[in-house]
Order: sequence, then C-alpha cells, then structure tokens
Amino acid sequence: MVVYGVALLAICMLIGVFLGDMLGQILNVEANVGGVGIAMLMLVLVIDQLKKKDKLNQKSQDGLTFWSSMYIPIVVAMAAQQNVAGALEGGPMAIIAGVLSVLACFALVPVLSKIGKDKSEEFFENNEIDKAN
Amino acid sequence: MQDTVLALFEKNNLVTAFAVIGITMYISYFLSDKLTKGRLHGSAIAIIIGLALAYFGGIQTGGENGLADLQMFSGIGLMGGAMLRDLAIVATAFGANLEEIKKAGFTGVLSLFMGVFVSFFVGVLVALSFGYTDAASLTTIGGGAATYIVGPVAGGAVGASSEVIALSVAAGLVKSILVMIGTPFVAKFIGLDNPRSALVYGGLMGTTSGVAGGLAATDPKLVPYGAMTATFFTGLGCLLVPSILYFIVRAFAG
Repeated sequence: MVVYGVALLAICMLIGVFLGDMLGQILNVEANVGGVGIAMLMLVLVIDQLKKKDKLNQKSQDGLTFWSSMYIPIVVAMAAQQNVAGALEGGPMAIIAGVLSVLACFALVPVLSKIGKDKSEEFFENNEIDKAN
Repeated sequence: MQDTVLALFEKNNLVTAFAVIGITMYISYFLSDKLTKGRLHGSAIAIIIGLALAYFGGIQTGGENGLADLQMFSGIGLMGGAMLRDLAIVATAFGANLEEIKKAGFTGVLSLFMGVFVSFFVGVLVALSFGYTDAASLTTIGGGAATYIVGPVAGGAVGASSEVIALSVAAGLVKSILVMIGTPFVAKFIGLDNPRSALVYGGLMGTTSGVAGGLAATDPKLVPYGAMTATFFTGLGCLLVPSILYFIVRAFAG
C-alpha cells in the first residue's frame, strides 16, 4: 500500500528529528543538530535492506516517490514565505555580510571538492586525460 | 461573491496553496521554455517568483512570513513550512546512493567546519568595517552570516543588543535568499554537478532553505547530498559561534 511508504518516511523523519534534538541537548545547543540528515541516512539504509529482502513493493515505493517529487513545489512555497522584505530592510551591512559570505563559500566549493577525492578517482581521471591526449 | 470566494480560500488554505503553487510552477516552466529555451531551469524561475511574491506579501502586511501572512494564502505557510519541507527533503534520500555518501563523508564534515568558520569571519570583518568593535556584536553578526538561526542564538548567549540581533537575522536571510537565487547561475563555474561537490556545497552554505532551493533550481538529483550535510550546519554553528569563535573574537576585540 502507498501509505506504507509514506509511514516509513514519516517514522524515519520523526526518529531522526528526535535524535537531532537529543544531540542538541547533549551538546547544550539551542538547535536541532542534523535531525533531517540522520533521518535521510536512516531512510537510505532501511530502503537498502528492504529492497534486498524484496519487502518494498512498487506501491510502497510510490508513497516515497510522491513526496520526493513534491519537493520542488514545496520549496517554491517555502520561497514564497521567506522574509524577503526583512532581509532588504536590514540595510547595507546585513546585505554586504550576507553577499560576501555566500561568495566566499561558493569559491570554496571546487577547492574542498578536490581535497577529499581518493587517489584512485584521480588516477582514473588522469588516465582519461591521457587517453584524450 | 468575492467574500464567499475569499472565505473558501481561507477555509481550504492548504488546498488553495497546492493550486496556487501548481499554477506558479506551470507559468515558470512555460517562461523557462519560451524565454530562455530551457537554459534557466523552470524551478529556478518558480523560486524567484516565490521570493518576489514573498517580498510583496511582506510589504503588504508588515509580517515576517511573506505571502503566507495574507489570510487567503496562509496555506502556503503550511505547505512550505518546516514540517513538510523536511519531510520532502527526507523523501529525496530515496534516490540517493549510499556509496557516494560514504566516499565523500570526510569531505562533507570538513566542509561543515570550513563553512561555519568562513561565513563567521566574513561576517566579523564586515561588522568591523561598519564600525562595530565589541566582541558581542561582532560574534552575533558573524553568526548571522552563518545562518539566520545561529545569529540570534549566539546573540542571546553573548548578550548582544536586540538591534544587532535583528541585523544578524537580516544578514542570514540575505544569505539564504542569495543561495537560492545564485546557485543555478554559478553551478557550472564551481563544478556543482556531482554528489561529492553537492555534499561539499551543502556543508559550506549551510542554510537549509537556501541549499534546498538552490539545488532544486540547479539539479534535483543533487538535493539529497547537499541537504544531508546542510542540516548539520546550524547545529554546529550554534555550538561553535557562542563558544570557541566568541573567545577568539574576544581575544582580539576585548
């Protein structure tokens, strides 16, 4: 049934957010620490197991697919309720601080992406270049 | 007649939101196709329209929730609120590849720390150049440059003035909006086209809504990787900013 997939998703999210809240309390931080990320990891692992045992039928998968395909419309609704007016009313300092921090982080994306690559991946890439030459 | 329709929208607010967002998406994909020949993704246009509507709503009502503060559009607040947003983000993990996450795990953690540090110090430098010299204000504005949640949390912890806290929230909002709008335009230049760079991007940017919007507008397949790291960012920021980073700033600013 479709609802099985939706329920699996809901349970993963609730457990993840709960663990994120607990992690926040342990660290003495007034925020949820990675609840959604934990939920995502849990969902990936559970689905992996269920698929191996062939326990996740097409109908149940449809329940998951529906919510993941509602992602973009939900993000558009999220955009429509941002405090855009408040952001602009913050004045030049707030705008400059926001803009510069985004630019600095954009610039770091390619730098950090390179750092973690394993040797084997680089080896393959070099080989491809060699072949191209 | 008009009142009846308005009452209908208010009473069925979530259903109204589905209709309004669906129409917005249709118009956006139409514009993307006709005006930009698909070069600018339909969802990027939809997000920009959403932000423009949010600005309009904010000006109209003076509230903080954009279009959702208009009674007839209150369902937008539910549809795009944290609960359903997080549910949809978790659902995107359904398409994620576990191996990719394992391979880039360490880089993801590194990018989280780098993201918090870099945003924070950029914020501190900007605050310094605008004449702030006390450690509490500098830390709070630096926190705001991380995310709009870290700013007020840090501000409360180090005892910043409410004026400075408001500024830090504004800085964080600017960041999140700019990440949403800017990502599709810079994606090509920063190599944001594979799971590894998406994990790094999520960790560096950190604003969940910004990353969620930015990746949706760039390539929805990358969403689970970016979102997974981004959701740890605010927590890490709330941990580091009022503690270690505040001490560092205080050592220099006094």
